[in-house]
Amino acid sequence: MYYPSPKKAARPLYKFPGGLHLPDNKRQSTGQPTVKAELPKKLVVPLRQHIGAPAQPLVKVGDRVLKGQLIANPQGKISAAVHAPSSGIVSEIAEHPVAHPSGLSAFCIVIETDGKDEWCELPPAIENFAACDPALLLERIRNSGIVGLGGASFPSDVKLEPGNNRRIDTLVINAAECEPFITCDDMLMRERPREILAGAAIMQHLVGAALCLIGIEDNKPEAIAALNAAIAAQAIENVEVVTIPTRYPSGGERQLIRVLTGKEVPSGEIPARIGIVCHNVGTALAVADAVLRGRPLISRYVTLTGEGVVNPRNLETLIGTSCSELIEQAGGYTGKAQRLIMGGPMMGFTLHSDNVPVVKASNCLLAASAREAPDPGAASACIRCGKCAEVCPVSLLPQQMYWYARAKDLEKTQEYNLFDCIECGCCSHVCPSHIPLVQYYRFAKNESWDLEREKKSAELARQRHEAKLARIARLEAEKKERAQKKRAALARSSAAKRGVGTEADPKKAAIEAALKRAAEKKAQLASAGIKPQNTEHLSDAQQRQIRAADARRVSPAETPTGEAPEQER
Amino acid sequence: MRFVSITSPHSERPNSVTMTMLWVIIALAPGGVAMTWYFGWGIVIHMLLASAAAVIAEALVMKLRGRPVMPAVSDLSAAVTALLLAIALPPLLPWWLTVLGTVFAIVVAKHLYGGLGYNPFNPAMIGYVLLLVSYPVEMTAWLPPIMLNQHPLDFAQTLTAIFGGGLPAGLQWDALTMATPLDEMRNQLNQNRMISEIRQSTLWGDFGGRGWEWVGNWYLLGGLILLYKRVISWHIPVSMLGAVLVMAMLFHFLDQESHPFGLFHIFSGGTLLGAFFIATDPVSAATTKKGQLIYGACIGFITYIIRHWGGYPDAVAFAVLLMNMAAPTIDYYTQPRVFGQRSTGDD
Repeated sequence: MYYPSPKKAARPLYKFPGGLHLPDNKRQSTGQPTVKAELPKKLVVPLRQHIGAPAQPLVKVGDRVLKGQLIANPQGKISAAVHAPSSGIVSEIAEHPVAHPSGLSAFCIVIETDGKDEWCELPPAIENFAACDPALLLERIRNSGIVGLGGASFPSDVKLEPGNNRRIDTLVINAAECEPFITCDDMLMRERPREILAGAAIMQHLVGAALCLIGIEDNKPEAIAALNAAIAAQAIENVEVVTIPTRYPSGGERQLIRVLTGKEVPSGEIPARIGIVCHNVGTALAVADAVLRGRPLISRYVTLTGEGVVNPRNLETLIGTSCSELIEQAGGYTGKAQRLIMGGPMMGFTLHSDNVPVVKASNCLLAASAREAPDPGAASACIRCGKCAEVCPVSLLPQQMYWYARAKDLEKTQEYNLFDCIECGCCSHVCPSHIPLVQYYRFAKNESWDLEREKKSAELARQRHEAKLARIARLEAEKKERAQKKRAALARSSAAKRGVGTEADPKKAAIEAALKRAAEKKAQLASAGIKPQNTEHLSDAQQRQIRAADARRVSPAETPTGEAPEQER
Repeated sequence: MRFVSITSPHSERPNSVTMTMLWVIIALAPGGVAMTWYFGWGIVIHMLLASAAAVIAEALVMKLRGRPVMPAVSDLSAAVTALLLAIALPPLLPWWLTVLGTVFAIVVAKHLYGGLGYNPFNPAMIGYVLLLVSYPVEMTAWLPPIMLNQHPLDFAQTLTAIFGGGLPAGLQWDALTMATPLDEMRNQLNQNRMISEIRQSTLWGDFGGRGWEWVGNWYLLGGLILLYKRVISWHIPVSMLGAVLVMAMLFHFLDQESHPFGLFHIFSGGTLLGAFFIATDPVSAATTKKGQLIYGACIGFITYIIRHWGGYPDAVAFAVLLMNMAAPTIDYYTQPRVFGQRSTGDD
C-alpha cells in the first residue's frame, strides 16, 4: 500500500538493520471514535511521570484544586510540572502503587473530584507563536508539564532546546506507532490532525527546522489521509507526511530517523547532533494545547485492547484515572484476560494489579489472552543460532551479550555495545530457546550503572583522601618552615648579642684595631728582647727608682725574661 | 483482579528449539531414505540404534547432573546428533561401535563440555572421529551401492550382521564390502594411476562413484529445506562448497590426471551432508555472518587439503572440528558494525 503526499514526489526511504514484521493487531481498537473517559471519583496523580527528578508538591491535604492548576513544581532542569486533571479536594499525598515494572509504589497526589470539572484561570493563549520569544514558548511548554508521549516521557522543553548553537534542519514527527495493538497515535491523527500539525509548526519554529517530516507506517491509511487532507486544506508548506513500510521497530527514534533521512544518529549521541529533533504526535498535540489554548497536559489518548477486554477502543483519559475504571468503560474483562500489559506487547510491562493510575506515558492497556501472549515457558540453553543477531535493529550480537551478561562480565557486555541496545525485544521474540534476553540486558545495564556509581564514589573518596593527605603534608611543611625561620631568626639575634659579625660597628672596629696594634707591638718588643713593662706611664723619678731596684735584684745567674710574664699579670 | 507477571516481549514466539531440531530431522529424511535405498537396511538400523542410545545417554546424564530430564530429551537435540552420526556410519558396522560413538558424543563431547549450547565441538563429529581413529578397518568397510552389489542383504540378514551374528552362509566380508569412492580414488592415485585410467572402471559414474554421487543430491534437497525454513543461513554451505570447488578446480586445471574434477569432491564423501547439516550446527559454528563465510570457507579448504594430502579418505569431520576451535576467535574479529557507530551518516 502506498499513500503519496498530495504534492511532492515520493521521498527516498532507507532501511535499518534487522527488524521484524509482526501481526499488527490494530484493527480491534480502531472501530469506534475516541470519547472522553468518564470523570472518575478519585484521581491518583504521581509526582514523577517523567524521566528526571520528581516534582515538588505545591498543595496540602485538604486544599481545593481546580482543573489545570499546577499542583507540583518541576525540580531541576530534567523534571516536569504536574497539574490537577480535574477540580476537587486533595485528600492524600502519599505513596501509592503505580505502573512500574517491579510493582513499586511512588508518591502521588490524590484528588477526590467534585464532579464540576471546573477550570482554573489558564495562561493566555499565544496565537501568534511565530512572533513570540522562543524562551517564552519553552517556558510555556515547561510549565504545562509536557513530556514525550511516545513512551520515554523525557521533558519536552529540554528536547526542544538543543543548545550549543546546534543547527537543526529537520523536525521528525514520530507517527510510526510500530508496536502491535497500540492505536492511540493512529486515532489521534485521524481525529485531531489539525492540532497535531499546529503543534508540529510550533516545534518547527522553536528548533528552527526548515523541514518537518511526519513518519508513519503504511498500516495506518486513515491517519495518513487525515493528515494529508489537513495539510492540503491549510496549504501548509515544508511539512511532509512520509509513508514508511510497517516494520518493527521503525518507531524507535534512531530507526525512524534512519528510514526517513538515511542518517544514523551516532552511538551515545542525541539526534540534535546530526541536526534532527524528533517528537511524538501526541507530544505535538500537547504542545499545541499548551501554546494555543494555555492548557497543561492533563489527559491523553489511551488504547484499551486485547482479547481480555469486551470492547477494545481508545479513550481520552485524565491522568490519574485508575486502569480498572478504564477497563470498566471498555466493557470490562472478558474472562480471557491473563496478562495486563501497560504499553505494547514488545516493550510493555505487566501490571500486577489494575489498581494503578494512568500516567502521561501510558499509551496502551493490553489485556492479553493466553493466545495473544502465551507463556513462553522455561528458558532453555542458548544454541547460538544467531536469529537474534539477524533481527537486531542495532546490529548487535545479542547471543554474545547474553553470554557475558549471564556470567556478569559487565565489561565484556559493554565491549559488545550493551548500551546501544534499545530494548525493542526483537531478539527475545525470535529466540528459539525463549530466553528473556532483554531482561538480561536491563540487568547488565543496571549493574553497570551501579558499578559506575560505586566507581565514581570510590574515586571521589580516593580524591578526598588524597586531598586530605596533601593538606596534612602541606600544613606539616608549613609548620616546619615556620619553625626553621624562627630558629634562624633566633640564631641571628643571639649571634649579634655575642658580638659575632660586628663589621658594621665602627666603635668595635676601632677597639679591635687598637687591640691588634697593641698585640703587634708586644710581639715586636718581645722579639727585641724587651719585656713589656707596666711602668711606662710613671714619672722619671719613679722610673729611676725602679731601674735602681731592678739592678739590685738582678743576679748574674738569673734571666729576667722568665719572670716577665708574671710581672705582666 | 491480579495478573501474571512476565517480562516483555508478550508475544507468540515463532521459534522453538524443538521445532528447529525437528526441521533438521525432516530435512535429513530425503538423504536417509536415499542412503537406505542405495546401501540397504543397515542405515535405518544404525539410525534407530544411535537415536535410542543417544536419548538414554542424554536422560542419564541429565539425571546425574541433577537437571530436569524431559526438556532436554524433548528438545530432540540428542536425536539430531545421533542421526547425523548414524548416517555417516558404514551400513554393517557392529552395533556396539555405533553405541560407543553415540554415547561418547553425548556424554563426553556434549555434556562434559556443559551440555546443549556450550559444547565447543560438534558432538556427532567427535563420535565419528573417535570411531574412525580407533576402528579404521570397520569404519572404512562400506557396502557397494545397490547397482554394484551382487549380494544385497535383506533386513534380517543385515540385523544379524550388525548384531554379531555373522554373514549369511557363503559370503565373505571381503567379498561384500568395498572402499568408498574417495578412498578408492586415493588408493588408485597413490599407485600412480591416471584419473582417465581409473575412471574406466564400472565403479564410476558421472561425477563420483556410481550410486554414491546421487546421495549428495538428497542432502542438497534437505539443505534447501533448511534454508527455506530459515533454520540455517546460506553463508556456511555456500562458502564451504565454494572453497572445496575452488581448490578442486584449481588443482584439476593444474594437473587433470592426478586431481579429480571439482564436482567429484562436491558429490563424494560427506561434502554436501557436511555443508548443510554438520558445519551449520549453530552451537559450534561461527555466528556472525562475515564469520560464517570465513568459517565455511576454511572448512572447505581444510577438507580439500586433508583429502588430498592427509591420511584419511574423507576430511569433513576433521575440518569441521578444527574450525570449531577457531569459531569463537572468528566471531570476535568479525563483529558487525553497530548501528550508529563509526558512522558518517551516509548510506
